[in-house]
Amino acid sequence: MPNLDIQKIRKDFPILNQQVYNKPLVYFDNGATTQKPLCVINEEIKIYSHENSNIHRGVHYLSEQLTQRYEDARKVVQKFIKASYDHEVIFTSGTTESINTIAFSFGEKYVNEGDEIIISTLEHHANIVPWQMLCERKKAILKVIPINEKGELLLDEYKKLISPKTKIVAVNQVSNALGTVNDVKTMIDIAHQTNIPVLIDGAQSVQHGKIDVQELDCDFYVFSGHKVYGPNGIGVLYGKEKWLNEMPPFMTGGEMIKKVTFGKTTFNELPFKFEAGTPNYVSAIGLATAIYYIQQLGLENIASYEKELLDYGTKKLQSIDGLKVIGTSENKVSVISFILENIHHFDAGMVIDKMGIAVRTGHHCAEPLMDRLNVEGTIRASFSFYNTKEEIDKLYEAILTVKQMFG
Amino acid sequence: MTLNEQQDEIIEEFSIFDDWMDKYNYLIELSKDLPAIDPKHKTQQYLIEGCQSKVWLFADLDGEVIKFYADSDAIITKGIAALLVRVLNGQKPADILNNELYFLDKIGLQQNLSPTRSNGLLAMVKQMKLYAMAYHAKLGS
Repeated sequence: MPNLDIQKIRKDFPILNQQVYNKPLVYFDNGATTQKPLCVINEEIKIYSHENSNIHRGVHYLSEQLTQRYEDARKVVQKFIKASYDHEVIFTSGTTESINTIAFSFGEKYVNEGDEIIISTLEHHANIVPWQMLCERKKAILKVIPINEKGELLLDEYKKLISPKTKIVAVNQVSNALGTVNDVKTMIDIAHQTNIPVLIDGAQSVQHGKIDVQELDCDFYVFSGHKVYGPNGIGVLYGKEKWLNEMPPFMTGGEMIKKVTFGKTTFNELPFKFEAGTPNYVSAIGLATAIYYIQQLGLENIASYEKELLDYGTKKLQSIDGLKVIGTSENKVSVISFILENIHHFDAGMVIDKMGIAVRTGHHCAEPLMDRLNVEGTIRASFSFYNTKEEIDKLYEAILTVKQMFG
Repeated sequence: MTLNEQQDEIIEEFSIFDDWMDKYNYLIELSKDLPAIDPKHKTQQYLIEGCQSKVWLFADLDGEVIKFYADSDAIITKGIAALLVRVLNGQKPADILNNELYFLDKIGLQQNLSPTRSNGLLAMVKQMKLYAMAYHAKLGS
């Protein structure tokens, strides 16, 4: 039995209690974004109603109070991912900005012509394109770790890609399109044997279980607030102090400046060096509230209940004739990506939508992966702790309807 | 039949459906009636790529009117493409340029033309208008 009272939890998410097309909403697009608990929504209302003021600037009461809360939020994130110092936690707008910041800043400092950068076939476009652009700027070479048919990274091939020219490895911990959990600990250890830093894209992993950046020993870890039940427009860039100190700023202006003259500008210390302009302090505090919320539920409870949903859903959906699950690793988060024989994913998605069920269809911003798997796109159902087996049954019924209509 | 008469006829046909599944079943039927595009036009050159589904579109001048040919890899997209072809096929370029396409909104399928839907249909409508512009210029010269 799960340790979570799902019906009680669902009451924390007002959006779940509604009908779409006259059917109760079933929200299975959690991989794209998660819904927000009332505590997060109320926190933002409270800030705008009573506490708003620009931070780090004023000497007045509101500014000082909110600056403190923003810095407290940083400490919440630090503890959440077990970073050594709070100044290793940089607030960004999301995973995409975090990766772009690292690709630019690290790239400026360390990557030169002929150097190599390693990513994997499983990456989201956000962890492909910034490195591609860097490679174009610096005439460096992008190397890609291949996968097997189950959608798992081939670690032996990864080892072969590492060379004296490798400057950084950037991989996701969990594939957004398939849900595969990658053995990033082993990958980091392999890279560190020759002192190559590793960036872990945690956009699809932080919401599913405990993260310990010190235990992983990753050099960078990035994730988005909105995928971990927090507000939109906030994300995290964790970096080891030694790297962040050495790397040049990405964007400039505002709080990241220590002193500006027209001759020379000196930059502020960490973490402010990487937080140019007015930070999204409201969402940062909202993110801390979301983290507190899931910690109260218990990350282990969440992981075990979601595993239960995954196992139930996989078994149920696989019983449908002509349905093929794409990504069949033993080690997955609660994501089921599938295709239906002779039925276009868009057609399926259109009909499933009208049954009140939100799923994602298409290439999931991972086109190279779709090419590798030889599919145009998939239908992806991604479950959260507020979903139920009854909802999975509804998806099952909807797929049967799709088959009837298009089969 | 004029372009707007075609639109009104489609609105009339769809008015009997009060359920989405009935509408989709009808679109599936319409997709089967769409005349096949010549394989030589089902190529990269005539492909309108959406993020979700692909649409192929070819147009030719037949006297003073335009003939459209379309196809899609998704059936619902193809059904909607069939409706667009039905409305605009056999019309003069000037009529295509001067008339609003209002029927999709009236039958509740306008969302399929939203930029975020990215099923290729919005680009298809634009491409149909571009063909009309090009043939309008050709006829005028």
